Amino acid sequence: MNVLTMPSPPAGDAVRAYSLKTIGVSKIFGPLTALDDVSISVEAGEFHALLGENGAGKSTLVKCIMGFYSADRGKVLLNGAEAKIANPRDARANGIGMVYQHFTLVPSLTGAENLVISRADAPSIFDWKKEKAGLEAFLNRMPFRVPLDVPVSALAAGEKQKLEILKLLYLDQRLLILDEPTSVLTPGEADEMLGLLRGMTQRKEVSVIMITHKFREVTAFADSVSVLRRGRKVGGGKVSELSVEDMARMMIGDTPIRDRAIRADRAPGDVVLDLSALYADDDEGLPALDQFNLKVHAGEIVGIAGVSGNGQSELVEVLSGQRPLKDGRIVVKDEIFEPNRKSYAKLKIFGLPEEPLKNATVPRMTVAENMAFRTFDQPPSAWLGWWLSVGPMRTKARALIKQYRVKTSSPESAIADLSGGNVQRAVLARELSGEVDLLIVANPCFGLDFASVAEIRAQIMEQRNRGAAVLLVSEDLDEILDLADRVAVMSAGTINYVSPVGSTNRAEIGKHMAGH
Amino acid sequence: MSGDSPFIIVLLAIVGGALRVSTPFMFVALGECLTEKSGRVNLGLEGTLVLGAMCAYAISFHSGSPWLGVLAAGCAGSLLGAIHGYVCKLPRVNDIAIGIAMMLFGTGLAFFFGKAYIQPSAPRLESFSLGAWTGNQQIETALQINPLLLVGVVVAIAMSWAFANTKWGLIVRMTGDSAPAARAMGVSVDMVRFLSTTAGGFLAGVGGAFLSLFYPGSWNQGLSSGQGLMAVALVIFARWDPIRCAFAALLFGATGAIGPALQSVGITQGYYFFNAAPYILTLLVMIASAGSKQAARNVPGELSITK
Repeated sequence: MNVLTMPSPPAGDAVRAYSLKTIGVSKIFGPLTALDDVSISVEAGEFHALLGENGAGKSTLVKCIMGFYSADRGKVLLNGAEAKIANPRDARANGIGMVYQHFTLVPSLTGAENLVISRADAPSIFDWKKEKAGLEAFLNRMPFRVPLDVPVSALAAGEKQKLEILKLLYLDQRLLILDEPTSVLTPGEADEMLGLLRGMTQRKEVSVIMITHKFREVTAFADSVSVLRRGRKVGGGKVSELSVEDMARMMIGDTPIRDRAIRADRAPGDVVLDLSALYADDDEGLPALDQFNLKVHAGEIVGIAGVSGNGQSELVEVLSGQRPLKDGRIVVKDEIFEPNRKSYAKLKIFGLPEEPLKNATVPRMTVAENMAFRTFDQPPSAWLGWWLSVGPMRTKARALIKQYRVKTSSPESAIADLSGGNVQRAVLARELSGEVDLLIVANPCFGLDFASVAEIRAQIMEQRNRGAAVLLVSEDLDEILDLADRVAVMSAGTINYVSPVGSTNRAEIGKHMAGH
Repeated sequence: MSGDSPFIIVLLAIVGGALRVSTPFMFVALGECLTEKSGRVNLGLEGTLVLGAMCAYAISFHSGSPWLGVLAAGCAGSLLGAIHGYVCKLPRVNDIAIGIAMMLFGTGLAFFFGKAYIQPSAPRLESFSLGAWTGNQQIETALQINPLLLVGVVVAIAMSWAFANTKWGLIVRMTGDSAPAARAMGVSVDMVRFLSTTAGGFLAGVGGAFLSLFYPGSWNQGLSSGQGLMAVALVIFARWDPIRCAFAALLFGATGAIGPALQSVGITQGYYFFNAAPYILTLLVMIASAGSKQAARNVPGELSITK
């Protein structure tokens, strides 16, 4: 079917959107039941949210719908009839399209090339004049447009995300599945995009299934919701009839949650970390930090908010000695800071980088060894700085494992065998077990379940209450609003907005995240 | 006409040299360009070049038709490319290591079967001169064009056009830049790379045919002096653009002609230094492109040397 020759969207009454039902879908991976008898129903023109924690089975469910996995039991009904979908191509032919968390556009191709080549009936030789005219006509019917003549790599994240959605519409998909579509967008971009999709569902042009764990997006945009927990559907219904508390309870079940971190009332102390005019390049040699200035005081958490890819990772890498600084000065407690082992120990700087398995551990070494990275060359673990004793190391690891409730079969298992939350706890145990003056944390709760998130946030808050200066880099604005005393917004490698958390709001921060 | 001024002589010699020796560079570079655009590196093209030279010479000798020799060289090259493409799609295989193995395999095979063809003389490709209308002997000699050079230029233009305007061109670029995207569209990444490597091998083989059938025009074991390897550097220099590959090949050919050209007007000082010019240029290209941001942006995302 050629989308270019399709009639323009029918006015008002005609329903183009598809409905979808899953009936008793189950999927078993070896010993793990990833999906257990899940039935959801999405009406034509409905905006349906799929809510759940990481590992609850949301992705498995949509992958069964999309034909990446074949369900062990159950079936999928499309417009009331059973659909046989064996692979993503079948899904596409059936009008089901998906936007993945990671972009699937080809970076070096232009938007136009990406769209045209994705068509099943792409001609062998392109008549670009005709194709461009067709694309222009298509864009004119769309609620938003994206420049199509530049390589996709030159587009901003928000534009790429819009182009992903445009691609599905261009392919005439009537049911869109979005996997956490807003994680790379500013709050403003996210609201705009979801608003546009909501408009399309209201006009019955498409149906939408959106995977998310953000309640705000559910309450603001979705019509109905299904909540998954540990592979089972545990609740759902019309969003208008559910409160956020209801949904949260369904999501986490009866897991006891540690109380919200309590912020001790204290005035900030002296400046501990003073970053002035930092410059650094990214992997491709393009400027990542561009005159970056920031001060962090003792006893305060400064949260760096921003859309990912604006230099946050590079900043953390510079501070942890993983990336050379081109220019600028890092001063810690009135001393020029050189990122080496001696300074970290002397100035009591600790850190929890993002993706700790990659950045803060040696995956194949044991939990005990990984936990000893800060202290293995000091007594009692070492004699004269080079003769290591395994005994004290193991004893200490046992104590830390117990204290921080790291779930591991033994201190001798490889740290790579632990779950994400437990790796994070193990690293946290190592970093926080001593006296901390400066703590550098990046996306500490990414991909963790509710209970771990609360615990890790509480640990960070405790360090702040004790008087440590904390620099928190996070892509999760809620996390920053929850933890930080001051928020700093990072855009294009520099801080363009700083404010105490109490005297700012989401919209203001979002505006600066977009670089205004 | 002041055809005797040393400057003109050197210039003509360099232009002539560029036209004469750039062809193998061009073919290997175009082949490598196609392979790398699909996201794979084939370092074995040096071996392909030598085997192509041997096959071309042998078939031309037996059949009496040099063009049949060219075709045979291409087929031999495709075979080596196909082996590379097939082995690389097996799990945990490194394309660079396989490339080096294929380079040794190709040259070894050529030397083994080529022993018998060192002595006999095979029919060669005919050339024609673009400078015949001037009536000037020197210009005429300098502007001797071999038909393969023209084929190479046509292939470069065709490839450049195909990358932008055909479905297959876009699929190759897509596979080279983002394998997950290609898979999501139902494209078989392994198949695209296999075919690209095979076609790239064909071009490199044809480049080898030029060596034995036109210039130097005979088969011996020292025929290739690393043109196949330099062509890989040349692709980087040309930033994966077929048209620029053709120009870069001409530039490499011209630098190779500096030494002999200077010698022809009596400047013998630094003869060996000037003969080394293409190698020095290769080195400079590698150093310059290692720090070049532009090159980093044009490189196909799936290439293992950049990962």
